[in-house]
Amino acid sequence: MAHSFRSRSLLGLAVVVSTVGLGYACTARQGGPSKLTTSEAAQRVYVAPGAKDEFYAFLSGGFSGQVSVYGLPSGRRFKTIPVFSQYPENGYGYTEETKAMLNTSYGFVPWDDSHHTALSQTNGEDDGRWLFINGNNTPRIARIDLTRMETEEILEIPNAGGNHGSPFITENSEYVVASTRFSVPVPNRDVPINEFKKYFKGQISFITADKPGKMAVAFQIAMPGFNYDLARAGKGKSAPIEYMHNSIDAFTRTATSEKLTSVLTVDPKDCPGAVYFMPTPKSPHGADVDPTGEYIVAGGKLASVIPVHSFSKMLKAIEAKAFEGELDGIPVIKYEATLAGEVKNPGLGPLHTEFDGKGYAYTSMFISSEIVKWKLGTWEVVDRVPTYYSVGHLMIPGGNTRKPNAKYVVAMNKITKDRYLPTGPELTQSAQLYDNTGEKMKLLLDFPVEGEPHYANAIEASKLMEKQVKFYKLADNKNPMAVRAEKETGVSREGKKVHVRMTAIRSHFAPDNIEGVMVGDTVLFHVTNLEQDWDVPHGFAIMGNQNGELLIMPGETRTLKWVPPRAGVYPMYCTDFCSALHQEMQGYVRVSAPGSNVALTGTLSKGPSAAPKAEAAPAAPAAPAANAKKKQ
Amino acid sequence: MTRTARWLTLVAALLMASAYVLPLWRISLIAPQYPEGLGMKIRIDNIVGVKENDLNSINGLNHYIGMKRIEPDMIPELKIMPVLLGVLIAAGLGTAALGKRLPLAIWGGTLVAAGVGGLYDYWRWGYDYGHDLADDAIIKIPGMSYQPPLLGPKQLLNFTATSWPDSGGILLVLAGLLVAVALWKSYRKPAHVAS
Repeated sequence: MAHSFRSRSLLGLAVVVSTVGLGYACTARQGGPSKLTTSEAAQRVYVAPGAKDEFYAFLSGGFSGQVSVYGLPSGRRFKTIPVFSQYPENGYGYTEETKAMLNTSYGFVPWDDSHHTALSQTNGEDDGRWLFINGNNTPRIARIDLTRMETEEILEIPNAGGNHGSPFITENSEYVVASTRFSVPVPNRDVPINEFKKYFKGQISFITADKPGKMAVAFQIAMPGFNYDLARAGKGKSAPIEYMHNSIDAFTRTATSEKLTSVLTVDPKDCPGAVYFMPTPKSPHGADVDPTGEYIVAGGKLASVIPVHSFSKMLKAIEAKAFEGELDGIPVIKYEATLAGEVKNPGLGPLHTEFDGKGYAYTSMFISSEIVKWKLGTWEVVDRVPTYYSVGHLMIPGGNTRKPNAKYVVAMNKITKDRYLPTGPELTQSAQLYDNTGEKMKLLLDFPVEGEPHYANAIEASKLMEKQVKFYKLADNKNPMAVRAEKETGVSREGKKVHVRMTAIRSHFAPDNIEGVMVGDTVLFHVTNLEQDWDVPHGFAIMGNQNGELLIMPGETRTLKWVPPRAGVYPMYCTDFCSALHQEMQGYVRVSAPGSNVALTGTLSKGPSAAPKAEAAPAAPAAPAANAKKKQ
Repeated sequence: MTRTARWLTLVAALLMASAYVLPLWRISLIAPQYPEGLGMKIRIDNIVGVKENDLNSINGLNHYIGMKRIEPDMIPELKIMPVLLGVLIAAGLGTAALGKRLPLAIWGGTLVAAGVGGLYDYWRWGYDYGHDLADDAIIKIPGMSYQPPLLGPKQLLNFTATSWPDSGGILLVLAGLLVAVALWKSYRKPAHVAS
């Protein structure tokens, strides 16, 4: 089995090699598109200082595991939303409140590969509530709240391997669909890889998406493994499995993990009429549905045409039983019976298609490195523009919805050699913005991106701007370690654990001098940011911490774990330049030898400025050192 | 008192009641870091932020210069003013009912006194906040005080503070003008004709 796969991929490679040469010839023959002058293009993308972009664009971070937020048309990056990877910059995955977000049935997984974004929809239009994104490596789906631009929930997908074909959202966000890239043994267990046919399954998961905090695998359809032989189905419908559901509570702002142990599996053989196969040429990758719902455009990476299937013809074919056979009990509809048309000579390596809602489709061509615009119905190519280079997905704002806003087309490219200042062996990936207001697409902007964006979504800024949360209300903070005023702060011991309940406000932490910690203790700094104003986060870090830092939003409580390795006095300070008195936000923790009799205290250095305290500091280290000596 | 004057008196008294629901005064603060602005609204019985957390933010900023926290609960005037206003309105209604010009003159005089007294009190609080600064203030600039303006704009470090009557205050001024007109109408003619 494995052998036959290898020979097939070799064949595939041969085809790619032979077509690359053709690709160059093809592009050259087509000639350049009508271009804008540099100053015309610059005017279209220039967003004056202080002015706002027209669109938010959410680009997947690829192997960064995150999502990046950009403005269009400027191409400026505003934010990285950490999703599947630890993010030292804001402590995501490091703080006690957020660690649980990265729990999986395999344990804590600090990284993933995020591919496809999906905005929530109402009636087939982007509604700006949430953004979903997949974790490809350790199969997961995350939900990002778009009022806070923060990952709120992550659901692991059982019985999957390589959650690539996901998340694809239904018209009212009822489900996101996640199909596995690798078929894996179901349940996953120790079996010979060459007994693929016998044990491997390709699960398609339907995930409840419209209930915040309650994402769940509603059911899975057990599809045959990706071999095309007729094979016997694997057994075990209620297989023993484990997967994790992690979510952040809105009031404690703390993530918890829940282990789930069952999933409803639907075997298509038991539900005749539930699933059909529709053959399409050749190494198919993308499958995109036009805004009317009638056309399904397939992207056969190695196909010489773009086949377009008709939804209504497909239904008729099913009714007329126009099948050419069965695969694992699932009927295979005849190719011709569903075919609406083929786009001839589109270019090389068609991957993904987006739509403008005006009767045109735009397909990315990976091998010939271009975007091709063609007309639905007549299947004629009307325009093509080069990309720099090797475009994967492309994106039109709302281009996968019923109502695209096709002012712009964005290409996301894998290769950028010679496009920017070179940066050693590792080069950035990029995106290109095209004007799409006329008949011809015109290149406006070429900007580097974070990680490798696979898919992306963009939404009109007006749909999100006013909804942005500015800070968290202190009164709503239900973190058990939160304090609402300086007088509630304090230091307490619980065996070998020391809890420091601290507050941060512009100019100081309280307490900011802590003594009585001993080597062997685990210190938990629970820091509440008392500010109630926009854009006043405070940071918190302590010397030598083998963990990360905290970045605490106003009204929020975050907890940093620290295990001091040796006696001494450890400076701690605010890491986010919060205000004119940022540099004054500092303090010390004195760590004594185990068994020392230094009382556990947390005090506030009197006076607004920490400078006198800093002058007194040289005396401090002497004490723990003396204690340590005594012990020896 | 003429018929018109009585009506004016009645309307003035009723206008004054709007101060129970509308803010009297507003102090706005603008700084480079606060393009959206911060502000306080002085109501008859409270001081509130223009935006939900503005008062809290203003207090947070004021702690840099050692200014006392603005705590509405600590300002007795906010408890007295609603009662005082009630008395003034009742007196106004009584004046309108009586229809005599002497009570109108007394009432008008009282209103002026109350207005001047109120403004003086506001100025006194501003002076106190602006001058009575903590010794351990983080930012101490010799000779600098932070008294907010009584009327109009004033630069206080990086902030431009602006003080103007708010809708309730404007209506009070309007009420006062109506009373002035009523007085003028009443005293334009001899007493035996007018009343």
